[in-house]
Amino acid sequence: MAKFRTYLTVVTQIVRKDLAVEWRSRQLLASMLVFALLVILIFNFALELDARARSELSSGVLWATFAFAGTLGLNRSMAIEKDGQAMDGLLLAPVDRSAIYFGKVIGNLLYMLIVALFTLPVYGVLYNVNLFNGGLFLVILLGAWGYSATGTLLAAMAMQARSREVLLPVLLFPLLIPVLVSAVRTSSFFLEGLESVYIWPNLNLLLAYAVIMPALGYMFFDFIVEE
Amino acid sequence: MITAHGVNKRFGYRLVLEGVNLDVRSGELVALLGPNGAGKTTLLRILASLIRPTLGEVKVAGFRLPLQAELARAQVGFLGHHPMFYEDLSAVQNLAFYAGLYGMTRPEARIKQLLKLFDLLSRSNEQVRTFSRGMQQRLALARTVLHRPKVLLLDEPHSNLDREAVATLDELLRGLARKGTAILLATHNLGHAQRLAHRVEMLAAGHLAESWGRGKLASKQFVPMYDRALRRAQRGIIHG
Repeated sequence: MAKFRTYLTVVTQIVRKDLAVEWRSRQLLASMLVFALLVILIFNFALELDARARSELSSGVLWATFAFAGTLGLNRSMAIEKDGQAMDGLLLAPVDRSAIYFGKVIGNLLYMLIVALFTLPVYGVLYNVNLFNGGLFLVILLGAWGYSATGTLLAAMAMQARSREVLLPVLLFPLLIPVLVSAVRTSSFFLEGLESVYIWPNLNLLLAYAVIMPALGYMFFDFIVEE
Repeated sequence: MITAHGVNKRFGYRLVLEGVNLDVRSGELVALLGPNGAGKTTLLRILASLIRPTLGEVKVAGFRLPLQAELARAQVGFLGHHPMFYEDLSAVQNLAFYAGLYGMTRPEARIKQLLKLFDLLSRSNEQVRTFSRGMQQRLALARTVLHRPKVLLLDEPHSNLDREAVATLDELLRGLARKGTAILLATHNLGHAQRLAHRVEMLAAGHLAESWGRGKLASKQFVPMYDRALRRAQRGIIHG
C-alpha cells in the first residue's frame, strides 16, 4: 500500500511539475492553441460546404485539429525532459518507471483537454454544432486519453533520436489510425443522434485503445527510456 | 556499499567496460581517475541504475541491480554532466520537485539549509535559466545530497565551481564520508583526487588498471606514478 502511495505521489509530482513549467513558460499551450484555432479557421474557409456536408465533415475537422495540435504538445512535453537531461533526474526516482510514463500521459491529456476547452466553442460556432452533448465529451475524453497514452510512449522513443520532431508524427499517426477513425465516427454519430447500435462498435475500439496503450506503456516504458 | 564484479558494458560493437571489479565501503571516498573515454561516466551510470550492464554483478547499498533498482535508487545521489533541472522553474521549485520524487514530506527546511550551504539562498526564487553554470552546478550538488543518500556517485563534481564553492564541496564530501556515506567521484583532476580520496582507482580504456591507497596519494611521486601507470595500461591494451 505504501509502495502504491509513493507511486501515486510520483505521478502527481510529475503532473504538477509539467503544469508549473507550462505556467512559467507558456510555450506549449500557446502554440497548441494558436495552431488548433488556425486549423479550424482554415478548414472553415477552405471547405465551402452545404449544411449537410458540413455536419458530416465537422467531426473530421475537429479530430484533425486535435491530432496535429497534439503532436506539438507531445514534442514539447518530452523536449523539457531532454533539456538539461532532466529525464535522468526522473529515472533516478525510487519508483517503478511506469510512474513517469503515467505522469507524462496525464500531463499531455490535460494539455489536450485545455486545448479542447478553448477550441470547442469556436468550432461550435463556425461549424454550427450543438456542443451540449455528453456523448461528444465522452469521445473527446477517451480519444484524448488514447492519443496521449500512445503519443507519450512514442515521444519517449523518439526523444533519443536527433530528428525527433520529424520522427514522432511518422511513428505516431500510423498507430493512431484506429483511434482517430473511431473517434471521428463516434463523434459524428453522437452529433447526428444515431442509435447506440451504430455507436458501440467504434466506442469499443476507443475503449480498447484506452486500455491497451497504457498497458503497453506500463510494460515497456522502462526499456524505452533506459537506452 | 558499492560492489561491482566482472562488469562489462557494450554499446553496439564497442566494448566500453570490461571486467570491472570495484568495492567501495561505507565511509570511503574513492576517486575514479582516467582519461577521456575511459568509461568513468558509463560506470557511474550503471551504478546509478540509469543503464544496465551487459554482463556482471552490481550491488549498491546492499541491493542487487537491476532487480532491486528501485530500492537502491532511494539510497543513491547521482551527479552527472548535466544539471537535470527545469530551467523555467526556480531553484526552490526544482528542489521541491525532486524532494517529492524521493518521498520527502516536509522538505522546506532541508532545501533552505542546502541553498544556504551552496550560497544560493538569495536567488532561490529565480528561474534556473538565469543562473550561471557554476550556480547550476551548485544547485545540482544540492539536489544530489537532498534526500541524504548513503551512496554518492559524482561525475566531475568540481567542474565550473569557483574556489569558494570547491572548498564548500570538499568540506561537505569529507563530512559525509565521516558520517558513513560511500562516495565514488569521477574526475580528471589528480589534485582533487589527492586532496579528497582515501583511494584512487584508475580506469583506462574500460579496465580498472591500477589502485593506490592514501599513502601513495600523499606522496610527491603520485603524479609521475599515475602517468607511468596510465601509459603502461594503454600500451598493454593496445598490444594485447
